[in-house]
Formats: sequence, C-alpha cells, structure tokens
Amino acid sequence: MTTPATRRRVEEALLPPLVALLVALVVGDILIILVGQSPSAVFSLMLSGTWGNWYGFGQVLYKATTLICTGLAVSFALRAGLFNIGAEGQLAAGGFAAAVMGLVLPAGTPGLLAVPICILGALAAGGVVGAIPGVMKARFGAHEVIVTIMLNFIVLALLNWIVASHLHVPETLHTPDMRAGTVARLMDWVPAFHGSAVNASLFIALAAAGVVGWMLFRTRAGYELRAVGLQPDAAEYGGVTVGTVWMKAFLISGALAGLGGINYVLGYKYYYEEGFAAGSGFLGIAVALVGRNHPLGVVIAAFLFATLSQGGLAIHALVPKQMVEVLQGVVILAVAAAVPEVRRLVMGARSGAAT
Amino acid sequence: MTAPALAIRMNGIHKSFGSVRANRGAQLEVGTREIHALVGENGAGKSTLMRLLAGLYAPDAGTIEVAAASGELRDVTGWSPADAITAGVGMVHQHFMLVRTLTVAENVVLGREPVRGGMLDTAQALRDVRRIGEQYGLRVEPERLVGELSVGEAQRVEILKTLFRGARILILDEPTAVLSPLEVKELWSVLRRLRDDGATIVLITHKLDEVIDISDRITVMRHGETVARMATREATPESIARAMVGRDVRLRSADEASPSTQSAIRSPRSSLSVTNLVVMSRGIRAVDGVSLTVAPGEILGIAGVEGNGQTELIEAIAGLRAVASGTIRLGERDVTTASVRDRAAVGLAHIPEDRHRRGLVLDYSVAENLILGDQHRYAGGARRAWALDDARIGANAEDEIERFDIRPPDGALPARALSGGNQQKIVIAREMGGAYDVLLASQPTRGVDVGAIEFIHGQLRAAREAGKAVLLVSAELSEILALADRVAVMYGGHIVAILPRREATEDRLGPLMTGATDPTRPAA
Repeated sequence: MTTPATRRRVEEALLPPLVALLVALVVGDILIILVGQSPSAVFSLMLSGTWGNWYGFGQVLYKATTLICTGLAVSFALRAGLFNIGAEGQLAAGGFAAAVMGLVLPAGTPGLLAVPICILGALAAGGVVGAIPGVMKARFGAHEVIVTIMLNFIVLALLNWIVASHLHVPETLHTPDMRAGTVARLMDWVPAFHGSAVNASLFIALAAAGVVGWMLFRTRAGYELRAVGLQPDAAEYGGVTVGTVWMKAFLISGALAGLGGINYVLGYKYYYEEGFAAGSGFLGIAVALVGRNHPLGVVIAAFLFATLSQGGLAIHALVPKQMVEVLQGVVILAVAAAVPEVRRLVMGARSGAAT
Repeated sequence: MTAPALAIRMNGIHKSFGSVRANRGAQLEVGTREIHALVGENGAGKSTLMRLLAGLYAPDAGTIEVAAASGELRDVTGWSPADAITAGVGMVHQHFMLVRTLTVAENVVLGREPVRGGMLDTAQALRDVRRIGEQYGLRVEPERLVGELSVGEAQRVEILKTLFRGARILILDEPTAVLSPLEVKELWSVLRRLRDDGATIVLITHKLDEVIDISDRITVMRHGETVARMATREATPESIARAMVGRDVRLRSADEASPSTQSAIRSPRSSLSVTNLVVMSRGIRAVDGVSLTVAPGEILGIAGVEGNGQTELIEAIAGLRAVASGTIRLGERDVTTASVRDRAAVGLAHIPEDRHRRGLVLDYSVAENLILGDQHRYAGGARRAWALDDARIGANAEDEIERFDIRPPDGALPARALSGGNQQKIVIAREMGGAYDVLLASQPTRGVDVGAIEFIHGQLRAAREAGKAVLLVSAELSEILALADRVAVMYGGHIVAILPRREATEDRLGPLMTGATDPTRPAA
C-alpha cells in the first residue's frame, strides 16, 4: 500500500542498531589488534564457538531466553514512557517464586499442572515487584528510575536473606531441588544439544514476545499505552487514565522480567540460586534499546547479546574474555548515541513540530 | 527615493528535512529600520527561513548576509545561534524556548547572567529585567516562575529575553496569536519604537490586518518559495491573500459574517450549564465562581486575554482538571466529577487549545488520531475482544479525510507530517464528525492558514445551525465577533460581562478584557 513509507520506517528502525554494531566491530578490531591478535581469527573463533556448533548454539539460545524476557520487560515499560531499571530484581523474584512453587507442590504433580503453576508464580512475583514503582509513581509522583534502582537492592537482599536463613541446602547458596514443575531441555529432543542448558522456556519467551507485540500494536490497551508513552496529555484528553496505565504497564513489565526466571530455575538448575540474575536485568536495557522497543527487535537483539556473551567464553584462548564486555559496552554506547528514543529520554521531552 | 541600506539578504535558500522541502530557492531582502512582514500559509517555509537566519539550521544551498555594525553586508551563511546572538540577531519563537522551573528574570538573563563574586547577581537581574520591561511596556513580574505564566506572559518573556541580549535584528514568529487587541497595540508601539531606534524587525504572520497595520514591506512565501515582494502601502489584504494561496479567497469580516441570531433556535433548556465553578491551579483560584449556560443552537464566545482562567475553565468542563467547587451539567446530567470518557458519552466534544500537546498524538497516524477518545468503540464487536478493528479504523479515516478535506488524503501518514491547518482538521473531524450535543472549541484556528480558518469557521456555524451548543474560546477578538451569538468576557478568573453580540463592540470589550469596569453598565 505505502511501500516507500513502510520502507522508510523499516530503515529508521534497523539503521541505528546496524550502524552501532558496525562501530562496535571497528572498535573491537582496534582493541584486538592492540592486544596483538588478529581480528579475523578472534571473530571466527567467536562464531565457531557460538553459532558454529550445537553446544555453543544451545548456550546462545539459553542465554537469549532470559534476555528476551528482560528486554521485553524494559521495552514494554518504555513504550509507556517508563524506564524500568528494576528488571534485575523482578527477574530474581520471578525465579525465586518459580523455585518455591516447585518446592511446595507435591512430588509427582503432573507437569501439565505444575509447570503453569510455577510460571504463574514467576509472573506474579515479578509483577508484584514491578507494580511497586508503578503505584509509587501514579499515586505519589515518585520517579520510577529511583524507585526501581533502590528496589533492586531491597529485593535481592531480601531474597538472599530468605534463602540463606531458611531455604538453602547446607554448604550452598541455593534452594533445594524442585519436586515438580521442571520443563524439558532441548537436548531431550535434539541430542546434538547435549550438555547445553537451552530448554523449553525459549518457546515460552518467544511466545511472550508474540503476545507483547499483539498487545502493543493490535489492541486498544496497546493503543492507549503507547499514547501515554508518546504524549500523556493527549492520552488523558483521549479518555485514558494515565496513572492507571502506568501501574498496569509496570505490572506487566515486571511480570515479563519475572518470567525470565523460569529459564534458569525450571529449565536448567531446578533450584533458585543467589546471583543467577546478575547482569541479565541490566543487559535487558541494552537489548530493549538495540531492539528499538519492538518485540521482534528485542528477540534479535537478545540473540546478539547472547552471542557476544557466549562468544566471550570461546575467545578466551586468544584475548581476555573481558574484551567481549568491552564490546557489549561499545554497542550500548553507540546505540545510545544513535537511537532517538534514548536521546529523548536523556534530553527530556522534545518540543512540537516546526511550522 | 533611494532604496535603504539592506540589513538582511538571503538568496537562493534551499532547506530540506528528510523528504520535506521546506525552502526551495527562497529569497528575502530586508532594509535597515524596517518592519518587514514575512507572510504565507502554514507550511510555506517562513519559520524555516527565519530559523536559518537565526543560525538554528544551516541551509542546504544559498547565501545569507547580515549587515555588520559598519552597515556592510557580511556573508554569514551557516553561522551558529551564538554567532547570530552576538551579531544582534534575536528570534522570538512561536513555541517558547523557556526553562519552566526558572523565574522570569533568570530566563531573561540566561546565558548573559550578571555576576557578582562568582554568583548570579539576582538583584541586578531583577533590576535589569524590570527596567527593560518598563521601557518597552512589556508587563510581567520578574520574580514569577515561568512555569506559572500564561502563554501570553511567556511570550512577553521571550521578547524581553531577545531585547536583553541587545538584538538589533528582531525576528518574531507569529507574536500576536496570544495577545489581546490592546496588547497587540502595545506590541506595535514597542516595535515602532524599536524601529525608530534603528532596529530591523521581521514579523512572521499570516494575519493580513496585522501586515497592513504594522509593516513597511512584505515578502510572501508559498510552498517554500518567495512568490511576491511589495511595499505595504501598495498592498491590499486581497492582493496579499491571493499571493499567499495562489487563488482568490473570501476574506472573513466581522460585519459580513455576523451571526444569524434570528435563525438560532433558542430553547429554554440549556445544553451546558456551569454554576459557581471554582478551579484551583497552583494554589490560585484560576476559575473563581464562574456561571454560564450555553443553549442548543448557540455559540457563546469567551473573550479575554490569555491566562485569565479560560484554559482552566475549558479543561474543567472537559474533565481534564479537578473542580474545587461548583457544578457542571451537560443537559440534565451532573458531570462535575465524571471521567473524560463519560462526558464524551453524554455528548461532549472538545477541540483543545494545544493540538501538539493534547489534541493529537503526533507520532500516531492520521487514522489512529481520528479515533482518539473513541478507541473503545473500535475494539472488537459483540464479543468484546481486545483487538482494535483496523478495517473500521481505516474506513472511518477514509470517510473523515474526505468529509473534512484533510490533505494529503492518506490515513497512514503520521500526524506530525501534516501542516498545522490539516492537523487541526484532524481534530475537527474527530470531534465534530460524530454525534455530540455540546462542543468546547478552544482556540480552534490558532496557527492555521487562511484557507483552513475559512473552513473551520464554516464548520462552527454549521454546528450552530444543527442545534449544537458551542462554547468558543479565542484569543482573537475578531474570531469571537465573527462567530458568537453572545460574548462573555473573562478576566482574573471571573466572567466580568456577558453581552449580546450586537452590544459587543471592540471598544466595549477591550477595556473589559483588561480589567476595567464596564463604563456603559452600572455595577450590578
């Protein structure tokens, strides 16, 4: 219908992340040369260690699963004009709740019942943690960035305390194994994935991306949520209660981050362990930004960051694996400079159109 | 008589934003000590041309020359805003560039702060601002926060700021949109005084009476090009309008278009009634005991200088602002505490004063904007599914784009891409295209071109003929006089008078708008 317009929109969506990636590659090349290695050797090692073999690919998929959830969480809130820095705590709460559900359920509970209960637990716990900054903002005008950052400390400390003092297996920092509610590893179906942690949570995360996309762009709730994010005054004028949308958006955002907890707990370790969420919440911000707050973009960006993260282990023989963290940092910085949404967030609201 | 020395010469200016070509070969020559009107419809490229002059953008092609202190023209193409300020070129923008959390004085001195001992010399700043304000008759309290000011007051701060920086070439972008007739006259005297002091003034406007009133020479732009240049004394409103739109336009005049009071069916029941309404805004009674009624088939116009409670009154009636006391009734129903959506359900439509902030989601498509406020009616059918019905949204857009002549006729375009007049048509189409009984029309023609004004006024008259109750707020007295059956004057949060149209003359309304008591009527 409007091919040029559509093409321009696609270009606008794809160009900044691609340019950012290119910049990161160039900076990475320079760094690799500086430590005395050949960039082509390092990058080919990175590729062969990730997408080049079944185990590495499985690990990429595993890592991407969590990042899809936290990336969706951050981007969903951003669509409502809210910055959710609290995905870390919401993710941990989700994982913890899933593990507790699995502990409470009697052994032998059929998976068809136990898995949904564990997932609901993860969604609910993440949602509750997420709803707090939403309510604080809507009711008292507290800035969500401050609240979510502080809440991370509170939630993580609280969970650590509960685990350390009441729930841990002696000599460890994790809870006992779940009795029910675990999901299948992919290696159960595809033996080639042997040893990698990728599990059925991947499909749940992808389904969540689909649902989020449908909600944002197809439903009335999404229409109202995006209007609140773009122009709260216009949304209010259009009969939308802005505070309610903020609360709902944060609730759902937190639930999405909490959902990420099932990847580790239901699909990999079958228990909650202190620190399992470390970094995934914050990386979710990067995933959301590189993915331009679009569910499809988030999925692609999650794969990108998962590849970098797994690739860091693969290139360890040639360069320090911190090199990959530097690369991730460069991608984030380059995207932050290139993506208009970020500039808008940093610079404050932009003014209306000219003439 | 020889041509005066030039202060500004812009030649062959091209400037594009993405696929939008704002200027294509535009020219401008302005003499020193001249008030020059730059006119054209919205989207003609006037503001862009002036932003290029002020250094806010760099041109894609063309040259910009500005007279130096010696009087010689100097090529300044592509200079920075800082260079422009240093050279004495100052711009007063249509959309204000003020820091809302700072005081008036702090805003005025920003970037050129008087300093004592490394600290901002607040006392000096206040003195400076007060002095310039008094010198040019720009009334505004220097210690108030800019965020608390009305639009009209904020504009005065913008002008003060430019003068404080010692501007010699002053660019004003649609300065009178927010001023009362009296303030416009004051502004004119300020501008004349500045010109007589040796300043050069470029006035962007599309109000022809202003052009005739104040300017010495005129440049007309259309579609990014300069289409005509003339001396004001040789121009007529008709000749300017023809150059602006490229065809003959029926110019509105208060006499010719005086409302057909006789045809208005006066029903005893009122569609909208407001009783003893009090609305608080930042601790002040912004609306202080207002009572009014609007009958079906009637336009009640509220005249007044901006910032006297009109915004708060309309927003309270619309449900966007809490009411401290008093009641609002739509027909038989008390809606004082009803939600925006409930009010819409009982027949309230609202054209808000600021389409960029409230009336439109600029990044949404035209089609999406055409259902704003009605989105719940487009979600599914009998099954109450959550999904929006894209087919119906598209059909609605097609229908209203045609009925209200929105251009370009493409519902998929973002609202941001349309000109001001067409953006306003989106709002008008949405609010007036469906069923409603009461219409709040706040500044319905602000910042739209002559053709769109004609169209919007026609729509408002048609609404009255169709028996709608219309509450019209406009900063332009001529608009009120052209449309209203009764005229209410608002000052300091009060309705100070309600006059039938035939008694409402500019001479009588002017003093009322500025707080003088009505001399022709004994105090009640």
